[in-house]
This record gives sequence, structure tokens and C-alpha cells, in this order.
Amino acid sequence: MLDFCTDPDLLEGGRWLACYLTTGKHMAFYASFGTVLLLLAVTAPVALLFGFGGALAARSRIAPLRWIGKGYTAIVRGVPDIAFFLFFVIALDQGIEWLRHQVKCPDWDLPIRQGNDFVVCTAAKMPLSAAPQWVHEVYGFALAVLTFAIVFGAFAANVLYGAMRAVPKAQLETAAAYGMTQRQATRRVLIPQMWVYALPGLSNLWMILIKATPLLFLLGVEDIVYWARELGGAKTQIYAYPHPDWRLWYFLALLVFYLLLTKISEIVLERVTRRLSHGQATMGGRALRGKAA
Amino acid sequence: MSCIETIQAYGLRSLGFGERLLPREGFTLCEQVTLIGSGMIWNIYFGALALLAGFFLATAVAVAKNAASPWLSKPADWFVFVFRGSPLFIQFFLAYEAFVLLPRNGIEIFGITADTRWLTRAWAGALIVLFLNTSAYSAQIFYGALRSVPQGEIEAADAYGMAGWSRFRRILWPTMLRLAWPSYTNEAIFLFHATTLVFFSGFPAWQQKGDALYYANYFADKTFNPFVPYPILAGYFILLTLVVIWLFGRANLRLNRHMPESRTRLRIRPQIIR
Repeated sequence: MLDFCTDPDLLEGGRWLACYLTTGKHMAFYASFGTVLLLLAVTAPVALLFGFGGALAARSRIAPLRWIGKGYTAIVRGVPDIAFFLFFVIALDQGIEWLRHQVKCPDWDLPIRQGNDFVVCTAAKMPLSAAPQWVHEVYGFALAVLTFAIVFGAFAANVLYGAMRAVPKAQLETAAAYGMTQRQATRRVLIPQMWVYALPGLSNLWMILIKATPLLFLLGVEDIVYWARELGGAKTQIYAYPHPDWRLWYFLALLVFYLLLTKISEIVLERVTRRLSHGQATMGGRALRGKAA
Repeated sequence: MSCIETIQAYGLRSLGFGERLLPREGFTLCEQVTLIGSGMIWNIYFGALALLAGFFLATAVAVAKNAASPWLSKPADWFVFVFRGSPLFIQFFLAYEAFVLLPRNGIEIFGITADTRWLTRAWAGALIVLFLNTSAYSAQIFYGALRSVPQGEIEAADAYGMAGWSRFRRILWPTMLRLAWPSYTNEAIFLFHATTLVFFSGFPAWQQKGDALYYANYFADKTFNPFVPYPILAGYFILLTLVVIWLFGRANLRLNRHMPESRTRLRIRPQIIR
């Protein structure tokens, strides 16, 4: 990248390092930090949406909907989340291909599971085998996002369900006394009021989400862990920049990255909590009022 | 092979006993249940030992974090921050790469050669990481509980002339444990769940001796059907979680035996978050 990097064999010291750190592969490594942040940015709202749906369903008066909601919130209890990650990636992939298979090849008469193989017609493959490389990568990433969203949506549903129950009954009764229907009370009182109760749980969840992002590596996405292993491994003389096993340093850099990310999040979330606590009948809200008085 | 024979062949496969080769084709339900169950031995081993050892370090770190002297509280703060602020997955990788870099033929300390090769093996290396990790998480829980020990109890201890070690052992520590126990139960459950990461994060599974998730993943890869091995794994873990809750519930009863009846039941509430 830099103009003096034409012949790496002649470089030494700082210049060698500067050239080494700006190779094309390193650029891909830096870009993969973006992948992690993108995953966080996309997953968090989607998971929140899933969680919201789950929590509302769990409170529903319609029994089957309530069972679905409760079942969804219950799946994450007792089972390691990594098992869900490994499971959903294959299960979603096969589910999508199976659905496409049903639609696109209705006259296919062979069984889909043949021994140890999962066979669908070529037109139903996802993505199509003729598709360019980037489609495969985007599809892989999208599957990973969906997997994260399902698992973290279940966590979020738990948090939001608890928060909805924590909203003081009196507030909902007041809404009813003013003649609001159940739906109006939910929309105008319950949902605006629940956030302050949900925030501790949600900020916890955000921290866990950050700490779960390296699992992208297990889902087959070329993320920071992948590149750290790739770049850090010992390089012999046939490479332009030979070096011994430096994976330790690469992983140390990742560690620092994550520590920074969690620290910044902690500071931001603390501010948001203060904001939301204003005028609330909670301990935090009372403390704020005490200070103002 | 009948199911009994399968259990004989693969029941202790994760420890290296029995059949050398894993099943390669015609995977039966019995084989999957047996092998994944065999892998659970490792999950229990990692979880139980890390929890046991971590309990003591966590107590020490919590006390240090609560200490007035910055020489004690600052290192404890940093320890907790580093292990709680970074993903366990990265910690495993980092530890493995660090252990690999140690000299092959051991380190010489005072003329004695300390063998280091076992550190790169999962049974030791991963156990150390899990031990430190759970210590940090538990230390944070214990620290929070230590801060909320009722002032009256401390004053009562002072009035009886207790100080230092005897005050800690007889007043602070039991109350701290009692207050921390519901959260600590959560931490124990999460630790057992975290053990499934071991063989996916740098530490290789020697001769295919892996944990439950390792075998579940093996079957899912080979059969390309995730709908059998993962539910089996889930079943095992739900069972393990129930056992942990039961054991910790018993301990909770003992910790709360002087309290009024209504307070003694262990309620595991928002148990899904570490």
C-alpha cells in the first residue's frame, strides 16, 4: 500500500512493520472489525424485535399464541447458547432450501434425506451454485445474523416479559379507569413505562451480545478470529513477510478491542439509564430527584 | 451392534477407553445418545473443578476488591474487568496460543525442569481459563453481596469484640454467601454451559476425545441432520441444569437455615443472563 513497500526483503524495523501492517490481507483483517460492528448493529434491533414479539405473545390472552411465546422464551434456559448457534445455522439453511424445494420442484419424487445426505433440486439450492462469491458470503452472514437474532431474541423476550410485569399495576388500572381499552393501555402506558425496568437486563444482554460475536467464526463467517488465526500463524520464507508464530499478539489485540468495546458500552449505558430514570418511581429516579432538590 | 454393546464400546470413549474409531456410517440413535453422553463427562469435569477452585479465588478477589488499600483493590478490579469484559472464546484462544509458545522441553526453575506440555492439553489449559473466568464472574457477585451485608450485623460483630478474621469467617462470609447464592447458582449454570466452548476454541481434541458438543457436532456434520444430535445434547444439559439447581438449592437451605421459613426457598429468577 505504502510507496516504499515494493520490495519487502530490503525493509527493516519500523518500515517493515508499517508495510507488514498495510498488506491487503491486513486490510481485510481491519475490515472484519467492521463485520463485527455490523453484526452488532443489525442483530441488536432485530433481536429486540423478536424479543418484543415473544414477550407480547407470552402475555397474550389467546392460548396458542401464549404457548408459542412461552415456549420461545423457555428454549434458552438450560441449554448452552453455542449449541443453538451450531444448530440453527444448519437448521435454517436446510429449512430455507426445503421450502424453496417444495415451491420450485413440486414434481421431484426422490426423498430429501438420502442416508447421510440432504438433497434438494438444483434450482432450490441457496444460494444458487452459479451465484458469485459475494452472494455466498452475504448469505452466510445473513444466516449468522438470523441465528443470533433468534437466540438473543429469546433472551430479550425474557427480559421484556419481566419488565412488562414490573410496571406498577396501579398505572395500568389508572389507564383502565380512564376508559382505555387493553390495547390502548398496552400501547400508551405499558410499553413506554417498561423501558426503565427493562434497561438493566437489556444492557446486560448487550454486553453478552458483544461477547458472543467471536462465535461468528464458528458459523463460517470470515471474522476477526478467522483473520487473527490466518495472519498470526508462522509464515515461512516463501511469504513476502516471513515471521514466527504471532497469533498470541493478534489475539491480544482482539482482547483489547473487546475490552474497549465493553468499557465504552458500559459508560454509554450508564448515561442512558440516568436519562430514563428521570421522574420514575424507582430507586434510581428517587436518587436523581433527591440530588435535584 | 445392540445398544448394550454400543454403550460398552462408546460409554467411556471421551476418556479414551473402548472402541478406538468413532462410528462412521449407519448412525443409530443409541450411538448418538451414548457418545454425546460420554462427552458430558468432560463438561462435568470442567464445570465442577473450575467451580470448586473458582469459589475460593472468587472469595479472595471479592475481599481484595472491597479492601481499602488500592494495592489490593486495583489489581482485583483489573482482574475482574479483563475476564468479564472480554469474550471467553477469545480468552481460550489467547491462553492456548500463550501455552503453545512456552518452550517445548519445559522451563527451568531453580534447577528443576517444569514440564509445560500438558498446559496445551484441554484438560489442564482450558480448565485454567475456565477457573479464572468463573472466579472473575463470581468475584463480582460476591463483591456485590459483600457490599450489601446489613450494617447492623457488622455493628453487632463489633459489639461482641469480633474483628479481622473471626468477624469475616463468622459474620461477613456466611451473610455474603447467603445473599449471593441465587446469582451464584446462575453463574454455576452458565459455567457448565461455557464448558461446551472448550473444543471449539483452539484446544484440539486429542484422538477425538471431546465433550458433548464436540460429538453432537461430529454427528451433525456426518449425517447432515442437526435435528437428532442437538436435541439429545439439549436434553443432557437440561438434566445437568436441574441437578445443579437441586444441589445449589440444598446448599441454599443450609445457608438460610436461621432465616424465617418464607426466605429459605431458592428462587432462580432472571436466570438466563450471565
